[in-house]
Amino acid sequence: MTETAQVSEPLSLVPKAEAAQTMKDFKSDQEVRWCPGCGDYAVLAAVQGFMPQLGLARENIVFVSGIGCSSRFPYYMNTYGMHSIHGRAPAIATGLASSRRDLSVWVVTGDGDALSIGGNHLIHALRRNVNLKILLFNNRIYGLTKGQYSPTSEAGKITKSTPMGSLDSPFNPVSLALGAEASFVARTVDSDRKHLTATLQAAADHPGTALVEIYQNCNIFNDGAFEVLKDKQQAQEAVIRLEHGEPIRFGTPGEDGLGGKGVVRDRATGELRIVDVAEEGTDGVLTHDAHASSPATAFALSRLADPDTLHHTPIGVLRDVRRPVYDDDMAHQLEQAVEQHGKGDLGSLLAGNDTWTVAG
Amino acid sequence: MTNQVNSPAGQRPGTDAPRSGGTDGADGAEGDAKTELGGGKEVRRLDRVIIRFAGDSGDGMQLTGDRFTSETASFGNDLSTLPNFPAEIRAPAGTLPGVSSFQLHFADHDILTPGDAPNVLVAMNPAALKANIADVPRGAEIIVNTDEFTKRAMAKVGYPVSPLEDGSLDNYNVHQVPLTTLTVEALKDFDVGRKDAGRSKNMFALGLLSWMYNRPTEQTEHFLRTKFAKKPQVAQANIAAFRAGWNFGETTEDFAVSYEVAPAKTAFPPGTYRNISGNLALSYGLVAASQQADLPLFLGSYPITPASDVLHELSRHKNFGVRTFQAEDEIAGIGAALGAAFGGALGVTTTSGPGVALKSETIGLAVSLELPLLVVDIQRGGPSTGLPTKTEQADLLQAMYGRNGEAPVPIVAAATPADCFDAALEAARIALTYRTPVFLLSDGYLANGSEPWRIPEVDDLPDLRVHFAKEPNHKLDDGTEAFWPYKRDPQTLARPWAVPGTPGLEHRVGGIEKQDGTGNISYDPANHDLMVRTRQAKVDGVDVPDVEVDDPRGAANVLVLGWGSTYGPITAAVRRLRRDGQQIAQAHLRHLNPMPGNLGAVLRSYDKVVIPEMNLGQLATLVRAKYLVDAHSYTQVNGMPFKAEQLATALKEATND
Repeated sequence: MTETAQVSEPLSLVPKAEAAQTMKDFKSDQEVRWCPGCGDYAVLAAVQGFMPQLGLARENIVFVSGIGCSSRFPYYMNTYGMHSIHGRAPAIATGLASSRRDLSVWVVTGDGDALSIGGNHLIHALRRNVNLKILLFNNRIYGLTKGQYSPTSEAGKITKSTPMGSLDSPFNPVSLALGAEASFVARTVDSDRKHLTATLQAAADHPGTALVEIYQNCNIFNDGAFEVLKDKQQAQEAVIRLEHGEPIRFGTPGEDGLGGKGVVRDRATGELRIVDVAEEGTDGVLTHDAHASSPATAFALSRLADPDTLHHTPIGVLRDVRRPVYDDDMAHQLEQAVEQHGKGDLGSLLAGNDTWTVAG
Repeated sequence: MTNQVNSPAGQRPGTDAPRSGGTDGADGAEGDAKTELGGGKEVRRLDRVIIRFAGDSGDGMQLTGDRFTSETASFGNDLSTLPNFPAEIRAPAGTLPGVSSFQLHFADHDILTPGDAPNVLVAMNPAALKANIADVPRGAEIIVNTDEFTKRAMAKVGYPVSPLEDGSLDNYNVHQVPLTTLTVEALKDFDVGRKDAGRSKNMFALGLLSWMYNRPTEQTEHFLRTKFAKKPQVAQANIAAFRAGWNFGETTEDFAVSYEVAPAKTAFPPGTYRNISGNLALSYGLVAASQQADLPLFLGSYPITPASDVLHELSRHKNFGVRTFQAEDEIAGIGAALGAAFGGALGVTTTSGPGVALKSETIGLAVSLELPLLVVDIQRGGPSTGLPTKTEQADLLQAMYGRNGEAPVPIVAAATPADCFDAALEAARIALTYRTPVFLLSDGYLANGSEPWRIPEVDDLPDLRVHFAKEPNHKLDDGTEAFWPYKRDPQTLARPWAVPGTPGLEHRVGGIEKQDGTGNISYDPANHDLMVRTRQAKVDGVDVPDVEVDDPRGAANVLVLGWGSTYGPITAAVRRLRRDGQQIAQAHLRHLNPMPGNLGAVLRSYDKVVIPEMNLGQLATLVRAKYLVDAHSYTQVNGMPFKAEQLATALKEATND
């Protein structure tokens, strides 16, 4: 068994900002060019507003993106940034983060970028647990190419490329990430600034890869896709807010002031099921444990959401566990190699062991 | 210093014939045999020998060849090797597609190729004989393992009657040796089963050949002890088989003569030498480049034949600060390398042709980002999966043009296995100086072939240190200082390399067209025109040394122009022609993009230009387009390097046309 490095405290190697920062410090001089009303504006504002809270030296923060509407994001952040090519941001960011542990590296991607053309890089980044924070803007549509269905679009979706309805079943990004051995998986919504900011903080505090799915409205090609989660009335029944250590309750509050519905495990099947607390009591209601070593319950929670109606969509941190971080282990192997063999000497390397001499 | 012939420990034979200076035959000359009678058996002196070991892919022929090469290198001969093996790890036993071979050419003088035709063929089974006999000239020696010449094994490869008995080998000097039986017999006192004992037959064969050619042996014994350090019984058994092979040659009447090939004393400039394969030299070149640049090396790679050995080798040198990342695919390999380059590392990706195809988009991104990056392509037969274990140089145009848009990339090609070291340093120099991806082209022949290498002094290696941007580089109209990531060095046109962590230089780069200077997104038509032309001008302006022409008397009318691994065969062919009194000039390109500034004038100064290539004329296409020279293309795409004799004939015909 390979010896692994101790999991370093998150961002402990990243220099702190010398002076207090404000949101303004993180705004670049570039004009933001998303469509008016796009959900991306809200996410950008939330991230720019959150960064001072993180308190890291701005020059040690890097945003890497792929291609798509959301991937223009780095241009608007006054940090280091790279707007790369379609789907490849996790791979590029892996090289950067694993060779520079003094950086806080953020990946901005979309549902097409991360789950379609870049699906392979996403799952491998998650299993490796590289120190990356991946913000996956999911609007369930291709925006930049003007409105084709995406890998998270509901089946049967009528779009420009699917006039008779799409034939694909969608990915559930949270389920996918959990299946890919992700150590941190969360979901939040563009319009809920407070929840979004808290989720960013949790992701930043996590050592290793953090995947944050952000439901984001495309008001041009898929307007209102998440309305059921945003409209106060409907959201009460549709959204399951997960808080670590709290009972999983939602819906119109019952007598105890908590949601009238709860999530329980069916004794017969082991599946999760939603019950009326007034009828079945609170004893069987699960308490959310984001730190559970097995991802099984988190996965089961992610499956409660109906892909068509989005009813029973869990938001919050589904999973947050500690396991070896790729960059730490990589650095550790380099240190070990020096301990075992001494610092490399080029002359000895080139000479090797089998030589002969030709005299002059 | 190991320039001494030693018999296996404790079994020193009586013969240790004196050596005189070697004959000074040119490459390709027939061996000039002289006879000397020593105390025991006759010892003949040769100026060069070509041996081919051939057997099943599970017979250990590559190891046998490697060991014989190592013995030969330490003895001080010049040498050149050609491993040739199937893509399957264990092809069906005893079949023609399963034959694996290793050819070694060694001499008392300077040689350039692994040789055209073997003087000695070691055939471990009927398939090995059948697959190789066509290359063996009459009169050559053939050593066969008779134990494997069973009716069934012969039928499997289509020998209705035994070739050992039907007279078809009458024109060869055939030694029928029951290698397996003899090996098993030699190991009867060891606690190994018959089957396992038989596996050491390759070491028996190595011992026999080591006796035949008076090779030093202590290194092989040391090698076996080290390799099987955890299984001393296996080490002892292999050493016993090896010694038994030597003693067999020494005692049996069938081998009446042994041979000597004196060290190539005059062929080499003074210095310390080692034997090195192309992939090893390339790996060392990358480590050296990282050290000389004082930048950490980051290799992002995905396993692919014949490039994987570079990944293996570099992963062993973490104490040089080398990070190796085995990616999920070719695209992630180069992506991670580019990400590391953005962070200030020497980013490298290694692959072969199919991998380059997958990396193309990221190479284009690197062109647009203007970051240093090495793309190492160990070429193999194509298209598609093609011939994974065979050589070809058909990726030149892919390297030159295989991207969307105008995406110029400098190209450096290695000429010989040892030259892979210098070529890697040169590719790194260009990448770091000009902030650009650079192609480094090698191929299967260079990768696995080996030759002596004069170990360079570290102090003599080029200084590749770079200057990262630390300060703003531009004053805005309002007087404030700014950092412009695309404000170029007026000499090199390179842009500044400002790595994350540098305060005040925060900036964004990307694959979308950017404004000259600021690097901000720009769709302005005039700006795009300027940027496309500027990126091209930067690559066109890479400082490349003039090509040297070898035209001893300055009287040749014909120039032969090559690039990459054809250097050995072309030079050997040119020597043959000159020995026959022909005038012919030779030039070889290391830089394919940009080409040397004097190349056009050189080409136009000859009546005729011949370009031999292991493709269908890719350099010829470039040369004709760029210089309007009516270059004559001579091509071969059979997965093997050119043979010197055949090339000499072709060049002669071209000269006399």
